[in-house]
Amino acid sequence: MSAGFYFGVEVFLNGLMSGVMYSLVALGFVLIFKASGVFNYAQGVMALFAALTLVGVQSGQVPFAHLINAVFGTNVQHFGWEVPTFFALLIALAVMVLFAVLVEKFVLKHLVNQEPIILFMATIGLAYFMEGFGDLMWGAEIKKLDVGIPQGGNLWIEESTAFLGGDGFYGFYLDTLDIYATVIAAILVTSLVLFSKYTKTGRALRAVADDHQAALSVGISLRAIWVIVWAIAGFVALVAGIMWGSKSGVQFSLSLIALKALPVLILGGFTSIPGAIVGGLIIGVGEKMFEFLIGAPFLGGATENWFAYMLALMFLVFRPQGLFGEKIIERV
Amino acid sequence: MFYREAGDFTTNYAEDNQTFPIRLDRMGYYATMIVAFCVVPFFINDYWASAVLLPFLIYAIAAIGLNILVGYCGQVSLGSGGFMAVGAYASYKLMTSFPDMSMIIVVLLSGLITAMVGAAFGLPSLRIKGFYLAVATLASQFFLVWLFNKVAWFYNYSASGQINAPERTVLGFVITGPNAAPAVTYLFCLAFAVGLAWLARNMTRSNTGRRWMAIRDMDIAAEIIGVNPLGAKLSAFAVSSFYIGVAGSLMFTVYLGAVEVGEAFGITKSFLLLFMVIIGGLGSIFGSFAGAAFMVLFPVLLKNVLVGQLGWATNIAAHFEFVIVGGLIVIFLIMEPHGLAAIWRVVKEKLRLWPFPH
Repeated sequence: MSAGFYFGVEVFLNGLMSGVMYSLVALGFVLIFKASGVFNYAQGVMALFAALTLVGVQSGQVPFAHLINAVFGTNVQHFGWEVPTFFALLIALAVMVLFAVLVEKFVLKHLVNQEPIILFMATIGLAYFMEGFGDLMWGAEIKKLDVGIPQGGNLWIEESTAFLGGDGFYGFYLDTLDIYATVIAAILVTSLVLFSKYTKTGRALRAVADDHQAALSVGISLRAIWVIVWAIAGFVALVAGIMWGSKSGVQFSLSLIALKALPVLILGGFTSIPGAIVGGLIIGVGEKMFEFLIGAPFLGGATENWFAYMLALMFLVFRPQGLFGEKIIERV
Repeated sequence: MFYREAGDFTTNYAEDNQTFPIRLDRMGYYATMIVAFCVVPFFINDYWASAVLLPFLIYAIAAIGLNILVGYCGQVSLGSGGFMAVGAYASYKLMTSFPDMSMIIVVLLSGLITAMVGAAFGLPSLRIKGFYLAVATLASQFFLVWLFNKVAWFYNYSASGQINAPERTVLGFVITGPNAAPAVTYLFCLAFAVGLAWLARNMTRSNTGRRWMAIRDMDIAAEIIGVNPLGAKLSAFAVSSFYIGVAGSLMFTVYLGAVEVGEAFGITKSFLLLFMVIIGGLGSIFGSFAGAAFMVLFPVLLKNVLVGQLGWATNIAAHFEFVIVGGLIVIFLIMEPHGLAAIWRVVKEKLRLWPFPH
């Protein structure tokens, strides 16, 4: 086998890994869409906000330091302590739960029965709000996030696959962080599935996803469910924020991962958790392979920006509800 | 009391069918036109033209275009930034290839080219609906921006990858480039905005517009009563893209003068236009103007207050702007999901009854 072939395999594997990262974000979208029918554009910004909060708490930053300094003329920056990662995680999670409660109280409650596009626009407004709020609270500079996940190439995989090739092949290069992300995503999905299958709340979640009115009529509180769902989505956003944040630093561009997750979403179907995973893998592999085989040699590169959308579009023309979405039945 | 329709009698069909059947509306319309065409040009200066009036008019054209697609035909599109880029690059290529061509023709041709591109990207709408379509239109946004970045032919192989509008005249007046007088550029954009708004208003009252609305309200039912979904959807995409293309062309040639595609026509522009349409009011031409005015004026106002009056650092003010604009959008949607146009309707109703409660 030639080195080029092995390089292709490596691109394939890396595509799978980045696909997992996309799925992590898409998962949050699916959870909220299933339970409340809201297409939550703010999911990416939620990941950014969660990561910002985590870094801020961890390093003992004073919230709103810039604002306080600007208004009162003081110069406060840090509390002067560092919070252990585990407690910082808990605090960040608590903030995301609080966020879920506030969103339900101030936004969703008032928008019941509105058209989907109005709800969608409201989440874009929410995304703007959170973006500005996060920057005001923690500052806009790029921050380094370290929660103790090792990074860099995985030597063990590299060494144990080196025998495959001949000259000029030193084994597959895989980032350890990506491997961790894959494992964590697998745990996350399994626990979400178990949660929705075997707990009382999970059953209520599925009931709401099935039919809002029927769920209401058997005594399930829609508002409580929405808070729970947004809190879970906040938790997923935190996980995604940690993974993406440790990979490329916590900064504004983190919120743009929402745009990476959208094609995953329409490919897999808005309402399917397995769809989010499979869609993520297809998109991840597809765009890496396309860039490797066609994009970089023939089209001048940087095709990753749009290829995912085109791929999803192709799939949609044949299956308008996505790969795993519910069949769309329309009646007059 | 103040807004009366009593005593307004029509005696023939032409009067009955006119755009503003109520005399007061008509007078308001004529008054606005006289102020816009005959008064404003004499008082306009550089700041007002470049910070407020030009962007307002250009965004209003684009908002009308998007409103035709989203508000009248019910197809949500997030690709409008990409279509504006098509308009801009089309006019750049036309201006540099045919230096003697009149700017009016350049702008209209750019619109037509955008209409063709838009219709091509509208094809999936026949299969895909709702949010799936909204996300699918993002494909056009990213693909077009990438295309204009990568293919050097579009920016005439310039080293910076930017496009710059060369100086052109209309009727002997300089219209593009740094030497253009604010009054001239303003009138040029105003003429396009008024003409296109008039066209849109009449199109939405015509056979075509009613077909779009039938598709919006329920496409299967519309198909059963004999509306051809292919024709209706594609024509909505084409007409909407024509407007957006004209806006993109004006934005590049008259307003900005130099454009870097990812910066000027990125995804944020698509969202901005969608905000204008939603805040103004879906399915309303007046709403498109109101929404554009709101989204253009509000940040200017906010910046003046925060930076000018309170003296805050610009970066904090910028963050605050995000918070306030985002919060305002949410509040707006909660208070009045049908936009400024609906508020205007309520105000008219109140004015009609005032000072009596019923």
